[in-house]
Amino acid sequence: MTSAVAPHLAYKVKRQRRIVTPEGIALPITVGARGARAGALIIDYIILLVTTVAVTLGLIFIANGLGLDGTMRDMNGAEEFMIIVISVFWFLAWNGYFMAFELGPRGATPGKRAVGLRVASRDGGRLTPEAVIARNLLRDIELFLPLFLIFLAPTGEGGAAGWGALLWFLVFMLFPFFNRDAMRAGDLIAGTWVVEAPKAKLAEALSTSGAAAQGTSRITGAEYKFGEEELSVYGEYELQTLERVLRDDRQESIEAVAETICRKIGWNPGSGDERAFLEAFYSQLRARLEGDMRFGKRKADKYS
Amino acid sequence: MSAATASAIPAQKGPASIELETPSAIEAAALRSDRFRLEREDEWRRLEDILTRIEKGRVRSVSDEDVLALPALYRMAASSLAVARETSLDAATIGYLESLVQRAWFQVYGPREGFFRWFRNFLGGNLSKSVREIWLDICIAAAVMVAGTIVGWLLVARDREWFYTLVPAQFTDQRQPGASREVLLDSLKVEESAAGMSAFAAQLFTNNTGVCILAFALGFAFGVPSLMLLVHNMAVLGAMLWLYNSQGLTGEFSAWLAVHGTTEFFAILLSSAAGLHIGRKMAFPGRRSIMAAVAESGQRGAQVMVGVTIMLVFAALLEAFPRQLATSETRALLGGFMLIFWLTYFFAFGRGKEVKAA
Repeated sequence: MTSAVAPHLAYKVKRQRRIVTPEGIALPITVGARGARAGALIIDYIILLVTTVAVTLGLIFIANGLGLDGTMRDMNGAEEFMIIVISVFWFLAWNGYFMAFELGPRGATPGKRAVGLRVASRDGGRLTPEAVIARNLLRDIELFLPLFLIFLAPTGEGGAAGWGALLWFLVFMLFPFFNRDAMRAGDLIAGTWVVEAPKAKLAEALSTSGAAAQGTSRITGAEYKFGEEELSVYGEYELQTLERVLRDDRQESIEAVAETICRKIGWNPGSGDERAFLEAFYSQLRARLEGDMRFGKRKADKYS
Repeated sequence: MSAATASAIPAQKGPASIELETPSAIEAAALRSDRFRLEREDEWRRLEDILTRIEKGRVRSVSDEDVLALPALYRMAASSLAVARETSLDAATIGYLESLVQRAWFQVYGPREGFFRWFRNFLGGNLSKSVREIWLDICIAAAVMVAGTIVGWLLVARDREWFYTLVPAQFTDQRQPGASREVLLDSLKVEESAAGMSAFAAQLFTNNTGVCILAFALGFAFGVPSLMLLVHNMAVLGAMLWLYNSQGLTGEFSAWLAVHGTTEFFAILLSSAAGLHIGRKMAFPGRRSIMAAVAESGQRGAQVMVGVTIMLVFAALLEAFPRQLATSETRALLGGFMLIFWLTYFFAFGRGKEVKAA
């Protein structure tokens, strides 16, 4: 149980930030991973492309039904109307999609929602419509211009200027990799960042059930009581690792952890009743550490 | 080796008031911190329920009572979190509270203004205010535009080859150096019918908006690319002006251009200025941090850009109909009127309110 934080958690710690709300409460925020954001972007563009193409095809189908030939010559009113509808629709869809969703109560497009991200204001205040508009106006030069130039520059059509432009716009494209908050240029300008949307269920209280509450095991009836010295070997870090093991409730890790603790405090590890043992140890250790907290003493881990 | 002397059996003490009103689960809790949690759980769950419904977009299913309770529940959850951090070592509960408070914070401080209210305030003064706030950048961009036009004119006047370098191929149909007066005049002629005009307008609009967004977004790089884009585009205008002037058609050409041009050039001017504003704030953030200065200027720029989009709708409509259908005098009048309208709206409208507020 003294093994280091799980790798995925260690990575998360690097992305952990603290913001202070206007009430002065410090809240932990996890900056969205770049990979997740790229995934969200791909999902969004797939949705956008499929929808716009489908709607356009639908409109063209209707136009054909009206007997229009699709050329600009001798245009009649209906045909002209179709062209307006299609161009306005494309404009609104490609420019409005991100803004409309990010202004909603979730602050996220469907793609971001799917990977658990949302947009937030970097200063802890309100996310304003201006900020959402600003961050989305830069999307074109961050993504499409570099992509366009990546295809164009190697053909030699633009000459040295083409390569120069490519390099220049790659700076925008790679911008998120050069700052630790993974902001793109649009985020910088709008004062926003993309953070993980929190979702956590309230877990059961561990100390109301099983051996934690009664101090005795339901299986063997054994009563586990730990002394001052036995409880003083561990600190908060180990307590929370133990909590995770209890909540995950996997038999092999419970057995392994129970054995480790027994060895550490000098008990003879028995078998068959590990969970009750750990529950009792957990609640007594927590009671002790929390008692100390009230007196201003905190023990971070077993070394302190 | 069994239990040693002083066993750390969970505290049985605690305020009497809690024990009087607590249901059995709370009594069963072995730890004081868990009792704290069980007593407040219902409030947290209520908050969570309200948040879930708002997040799912079912705002209407949230009762008025719950909407009113949201800020209070948010503060209670936040204070629970502060207490739990100091008294509890239950990582799951603290994690839950952190996420709950964060979700509530997103809603309490989310973009809750509502689009229509925002838009009304936007048209009713916020846009004009933002435009006035970037006046210095507008002056710089305007100067660059004039300079670009003059440069285009002078280049072509000195060497006609420049005309083909500057002017994109799609404009050089018959409109090129050496073209007769009749040909040039013909390109400014009045169309008989309005067929196809509105489709033309829609395409003009999407195209021009793209150009303006580019001009704005390029400002990010300390404004230099925006200004280069401006010089290049205005040099084209300069070259065209020279061309029509060489056949004594300056007045007709200006009128033809002015109908939508006063609006469109104004919009391009504003979008470059908004981009330049960001670049300038980045280079000279003043007393604040660069990040704060850039974010503020970026949001101001975004407001201007929404205004620019609206202007471009006008420009496209003007370009499609009056430019093609009206005579020279009407064209000049309309163009002049639009210019005066925008100038008044941006620089005079809502001034009094600001002074009062200050």
